Amino acid sequence: MTRKRRRLYIVLLGMLILGVATALVLTAFEDSIVFFHSPTDIATKDLPKDRRFRVGGVVVADSIKRDTDGVTIRFGLTDLANTVAVTYRGVLPDLFREGQGAVVEGKLGADGVFRADEVLAKHDETYMPKEVADALKKSGQWKGKP
Amino acid sequence: MIPEIGHFAIALALVMALVQGIAPLVGAARGNATWMELARPAARGQFLFTALAFACLTQAFVTSDFSVAVVASNSHTLKPMLYKVAGVWGNHEGSMLMWVLILTIFGLMVAEFGHNLPPSLRARVLGVHGLIAIGFFAFILFTSNPFDRLDPAPLQGQGLNPLLQDPGLAFHPPFLYLGYVGFSMAFSFAVAALIEGRVDPAWARWVRPWTLAAWCALTVGISLGSWWAYYELGWGGWWFWDPVENASFMPWLAGTALLHSSIVVEKRDALKSWTVLLAIVTFALSILGTFLVRSGVLTSVHAFATDPSRGVFILVLLVMIVGGALTLYMIRAPQLKGGGLFSPISREGALVLNNLLLATATAVVFLGTLYPLALDAVGGGKVSVGAPFFTATFVPIMSPILIACVIGPVLGWKRGDLGAALKRLRIALLIAVAIVLVTWYAASGNQVFSALGLGVAAWLIIGSFIDLAGRIGFFRVSPMEMVRRAVNLPRSAWGTAFAHAGLGIFVAGVTASSSWQTEQVQLMRTGDTVPLAGYSVTFEGVKELKGPNYEAIRGSFTVRQGDRVIARLSPEKRFYPAEKSQTTEAAIHTTWLADIYTVLGDKDKSGGWSTRFYHNPLVPWIWAGVMVMALGGGISLTDRRLRVGAPRRAAGPSAPPVPTGA
Amino acid sequence: MRLSFVLPIVFFASLAALFGVYLYQIGPGGKDIKQIPSVLIDKELPAFKLPPIVGRKDGLNTADLKGKAALVNVFASWCPPCRTEHPGLMLLAKEGFTLYGINYKDKPEDALEFLATLGDPFKRIGADLKGRAAIEWGVYGYPESFIIDRSGRIRYKHIGPIMPRDLEMTIRPLLEKFSK
Repeated sequence: MTRKRRRLYIVLLGMLILGVATALVLTAFEDSIVFFHSPTDIATKDLPKDRRFRVGGVVVADSIKRDTDGVTIRFGLTDLANTVAVTYRGVLPDLFREGQGAVVEGKLGADGVFRADEVLAKHDETYMPKEVADALKKSGQWKGKP
Repeated sequence: MIPEIGHFAIALALVMALVQGIAPLVGAARGNATWMELARPAARGQFLFTALAFACLTQAFVTSDFSVAVVASNSHTLKPMLYKVAGVWGNHEGSMLMWVLILTIFGLMVAEFGHNLPPSLRARVLGVHGLIAIGFFAFILFTSNPFDRLDPAPLQGQGLNPLLQDPGLAFHPPFLYLGYVGFSMAFSFAVAALIEGRVDPAWARWVRPWTLAAWCALTVGISLGSWWAYYELGWGGWWFWDPVENASFMPWLAGTALLHSSIVVEKRDALKSWTVLLAIVTFALSILGTFLVRSGVLTSVHAFATDPSRGVFILVLLVMIVGGALTLYMIRAPQLKGGGLFSPISREGALVLNNLLLATATAVVFLGTLYPLALDAVGGGKVSVGAPFFTATFVPIMSPILIACVIGPVLGWKRGDLGAALKRLRIALLIAVAIVLVTWYAASGNQVFSALGLGVAAWLIIGSFIDLAGRIGFFRVSPMEMVRRAVNLPRSAWGTAFAHAGLGIFVAGVTASSSWQTEQVQLMRTGDTVPLAGYSVTFEGVKELKGPNYEAIRGSFTVRQGDRVIARLSPEKRFYPAEKSQTTEAAIHTTWLADIYTVLGDKDKSGGWSTRFYHNPLVPWIWAGVMVMALGGGISLTDRRLRVGAPRRAAGPSAPPVPTGA
Repeated sequence: MRLSFVLPIVFFASLAALFGVYLYQIGPGGKDIKQIPSVLIDKELPAFKLPPIVGRKDGLNTADLKGKAALVNVFASWCPPCRTEHPGLMLLAKEGFTLYGINYKDKPEDALEFLATLGDPFKRIGADLKGRAAIEWGVYGYPESFIIDRSGRIRYKHIGPIMPRDLEMTIRPLLEKFSK
């Protein structure tokens, strides 16, 4: 076994692994990259129905409704130009509020309703949803005066 | 007054770092022993001043001195003492101070315990270490001074992000930094070796304990973080391939490769330039992790408040440290001549395979983490690369390692016999195949990958110990003799066995929890019962309560198996007035074979509560396995070879003095 | 020199360049990657007309915002971070910049007391009782501030309270730039 032979083996093995990895990465990129679209994109572009993507916007005021099963939630997400209807089954994140920004991930149904299986609300403690402020006032923690 | 002392101490530490970063390197290049010796007092001084600064900041947090800006924005008088202390590093400025504190501790250890290092190598290692420290002290002083004052001082602080008020997370950063910064030692050794133009088995023996210690700390740190995410974020998952998680995982992968390749350098005097490159890359990935998280380049729920101007500074640091090292590598590495030859089927061969796979896996994680950023920078649109990408790429790349890491340690150095090795492992192989078949049959033949996963786990756990069992004469000699032989086996062999078996326990946990997790989401009213994976969960109602610095709504659930009560669980939704934020506290009952995980959601208009339950089989094995891996690392660290320190370099022609290339 | 020794530094250099470009883009005044791209940036303002806070006489509508660069701040008395940023707004007003306020879902008496205690930096204030205007402006949380140029286009949006650092680094420079 000469040094050159050993190097050849290592290089061949490396090429093989790299080749397999590249193939894996390319197919995974094809299938599992999630694009971000706005409600306007959904309204104006012909987006594929079978692909997952993310939509971001502001949760329309007074749009959050619960189905009779109690766990399916419907709401509108708007970028101010267009609005998309969203359904989601599950427990909403702590910071999900009407009038606040949210990003949802899922697929667009044939009926134009977006079926989200993930809801991401912005996690930032500097925000102050009004409901929370009201709760604070009610609990007597904060009187509305400094 | 005390904060000013702290501030001044950082400035003095920077001066010490300047001395440590310049004098020894110049001294070593000129062969001036006095200048080289300056490194040690400088390292000591640097440590003392940094420790003083850290103590000053801790004092400010403990006494809630809100005239200090970071205390005001990250602490609160009502916060429990544990989190006042954890608040010291629960923010950007304090965490950077902790980072440099650990950096100086490592420097101090080389200065104090590096007696057996050749003086020029020790001087250069400490010199390079000093250069890194200069950068980070400057970073703290110019962009992130933890002792900035507020005038007038507020009466109350803003509190610590409630998500971070948790014991798992309080101790997660120190471990992570021990890991990240520990890799700086390997980096300094690598750069010093490039300057000296010499890498040999003795060098590898000096590098290995540092790398191993850093690796153990990082392993513990990552697993604490993932454990925290599991029970605190309330999503029932434990790893999300989130950019911040990936930022800590990449140095871990590269560090694992480094651990293994340095064995080859130590035993066989081969793979030298590759090992040096790995040492540089591992530390580069550690800094990169900091950069990505602190600069706002990647965002995540775990992130600190971000600031692009800090990002610029860290980028400059990264370019100087890593760019400098890689330039030196380009110039000097071709002179490192490889040593021992080996055939592809040999222990070295297995370690090379391990390195190729780990390096590829690191590259894949890197690509997945940075692709959205690259695409956005060139205006290609916003995308996110999530778990499906990593599952589809990372898992297949790592799978061969799981098979090979049992065979590798059984193979001989230089030229191994695959047939003989498999023969020694035949019991493990048989049990693994049996487990695959049984699982496959039990799952009605449609969960091939889950069955294979469990089989691989058994292969790892049994295979890792079977060779050692043979070596201590299991079932063949008296128990006393077995103990004697077991104690006499090299600790590093035990370490390897534990680390690889831990990997097996981890694989079992991952496979079972991802294949057979049950999720139930429903609306419940008081008294409702729902079935969950053979158990039943009854909702007993909610009540409000007050914690020390939060208010909570607590749900009560009774978990029954048949008529027997297994557990009463009380998940909470907490509201922290000081921080104005809500958190979800999941309640978990663990049986070691499975977790029952409950989350309380929102109340709906009709008075029902939305609730979410998970049954996660074998999930505790994930962290148990990782802890066993870290334990393996710890056992290896106590090996006589590393503990006593490597012998001095074999007498031979000493390396000709080389002018510093940097 | 063999390729394998040069590759690492070449790769690293391109990576560093990529980060540099990206940091430049997200830097002060650059695109903020954290937020959902706002459809309003560089567009005409949405048409709106808000009444004054009960007890005042001003109110705010689209036409008021034209002709001069200004900062529009969405605030409420019930929002503690709004209090944090208020001294900064007072400072800007004292320096001669034009500020407009949108008072979001607030009780008139609370809003008036807020302004009476902390000072009133605003040239005009509109009361957005139902939160309708806030949705049209794409407000995610409170407080939030918009910088508009003299033609009445939104040029920059700041989410969260304006901390002293934001004031120095982005808000004041941008106001100065668009005022010229």
